[in-house]
Amino acid sequence: MSFIVLVRTAWKALLRNVSRSLLTMLGIIIGVGAVITSVAIGSGAQAVVLKQIESLGANLIVITPGSVTSGGVSLGSGARTSLKQDDVSAIEANVPEVAGAAPYSQTNAQVVAGGVNWFTVIGGTTPAWLSVENWNLAQGSFFTQDDVSRVSKVAVLGSTVAANLFPAGGAIGSTIIVKSVPFRVLGVLATKGQTGFGRDQDDVVIVPITTHQERLTGQTWISSILVSASTADTVSGVIDAAERLLRLVHHLSPIQPDDFTVRNIANVQQVRMATADTQALLLAAVAIVSLVVGGIGIMNIMLVSVTERTREIGLRMAVGARGRDILLQFLIEALSMASAGGVIGIGLGIGISFLASRFAHWPTVISGFSVFLGFASAALTGVVFGFYPARRAAALDPIDALRYE
Amino acid sequence: MNNTVDREPLIEVRDITKVYGEEPYAVHALKGVSLAIHRGEFLAIMGPSGSGKSTFMHLLGCLDHPTSGSYKLAGQEVSGLSRDQLALVRGRQIGFVFQSFNLLSRTSARENVELPMLYAGIARQARDERARSILEKVGLIDRMEHRPNELSGGQQQRVAIARALVNDAPLLMADEPTGNLDSASSVEIMTLFQHLNQENGITVIVVTHATEIAAWSGRIVTFHDGLIVADHGSAEGAA
Repeated sequence: MSFIVLVRTAWKALLRNVSRSLLTMLGIIIGVGAVITSVAIGSGAQAVVLKQIESLGANLIVITPGSVTSGGVSLGSGARTSLKQDDVSAIEANVPEVAGAAPYSQTNAQVVAGGVNWFTVIGGTTPAWLSVENWNLAQGSFFTQDDVSRVSKVAVLGSTVAANLFPAGGAIGSTIIVKSVPFRVLGVLATKGQTGFGRDQDDVVIVPITTHQERLTGQTWISSILVSASTADTVSGVIDAAERLLRLVHHLSPIQPDDFTVRNIANVQQVRMATADTQALLLAAVAIVSLVVGGIGIMNIMLVSVTERTREIGLRMAVGARGRDILLQFLIEALSMASAGGVIGIGLGIGISFLASRFAHWPTVISGFSVFLGFASAALTGVVFGFYPARRAAALDPIDALRYE
Repeated sequence: MNNTVDREPLIEVRDITKVYGEEPYAVHALKGVSLAIHRGEFLAIMGPSGSGKSTFMHLLGCLDHPTSGSYKLAGQEVSGLSRDQLALVRGRQIGFVFQSFNLLSRTSARENVELPMLYAGIARQARDERARSILEKVGLIDRMEHRPNELSGGQQQRVAIARALVNDAPLLMADEPTGNLDSASSVEIMTLFQHLNQENGITVIVVTHATEIAAWSGRIVTFHDGLIVADHGSAEGAA
């Protein structure tokens, strides 16, 4: 019996009792809907995280003072002073595959411009920071290396600060006052948005590191060093090299622990990614449970169908159907029912994902893979749970089947 | 070679037995039956309930295996064949007609007739043509797209006969074919069998308990208690 004929026969049998077929499919519909929705929500969250890593720069390495693993002994305040501008220069000069390195210190302060004031983060760095952070300017210019050496009182504003201090525009060339020190505004940064942790990255004022140290905080050390590796593949090599270099520069003996910590942004984001994975996994578990329940529903109805159509099976055998033909007929019927349920479930899943992103503002991504996965799991359920009833039909004795009342 | 084929019986059964269940509760449905049926015969099998005639019919129809003995159908020994091999033999050599017609409901007459051809692997175009010509032969070409519930009992049985003939089987087996029909339809159906037997040379075996139906045949084999007790009209005399 040709495959097309088998499929047509199966569909005819299913359409004979549409409402029963639909009710039987319900479990599969819900299961596949859950598969599609869970993958959509999972990959939506993943896409957001990936976008954030991209905005931060996946190649970004952060070096902070102190060690998180110092045998449980607090290193005290001394450890926080371990990083110097010399370390930045050493890394830039000696570690290959480094695209750029910049110091970064920060403090919080009230910023005043005319009659308006705004409480924000004041960051101190060098011009290399812009490319290390993978950031751009919206207007004006960034300060130069000259400004750093001359301890110039110049500043670049994040877009949130610019919008709050200069709602009417005209920030460039204006003067802002931080901790009684006047700064001339050189430029405004492009909007970057929130970090993965919900902090507004644009709520910042950037000044030269030297000005930051001498005029604002009085500290001689720097809070962190930002290093960007030339490519994502070289990140781990750069981390190793920077660690070895800093131990050397800091004159640490082999038994002394690191007085700094080197981290990669991607590592931090992996944690968030794992959380999203866990959520997707839970939904997937729900999907599997309802697919199994749906499969049992199909098996149940197929067993009923085999019993109802015992005489038909007997007749088919009498006119030359082999066991294999009967097996295939019922298997394809179960498969068709599950596949139809799968298609409806895919529609349902896409609908729910759409509603979730429309009304709950969850990021969702419908991928070809998830549609394939949903359909494949439905079809597999049909074959697995349709096999037993189909085998029972195929094993019927033709005489008994023909006589069945 | 043709001569030997012609002289060889279409059906040759030797010492066939059928036992259901295990001793000491075994039921001996057939206790050693031998029979030869030649091509072109019109044969009736008669006997009371429990005489073994239905069991014999199932064995002849390749729906069941004998417990012992030999059964040659068109020269081929079929008693030892597997389930699938028997299905092939049924599909090619035997057409069945049942008391209750056994047509697929909600399926047109044409599609019912096409059913055996689906299992024989015949292409769609050829199936369609063949079904039309057979339905024309049984006088139902204008009812071709009707479903069984839109046809009278006699018409339904004619669809079933068309279905039995569609694979050019040389042997037609009918189990109480008129059991559910009124007398006018019965005559109509038996006339069709007679026509198929005489004009097309199809071997017809009818199982019945009604003597007026058996009277249409040229040979009447009577079963009693698992044995053939009478064989009237046989070309070779009693078996």
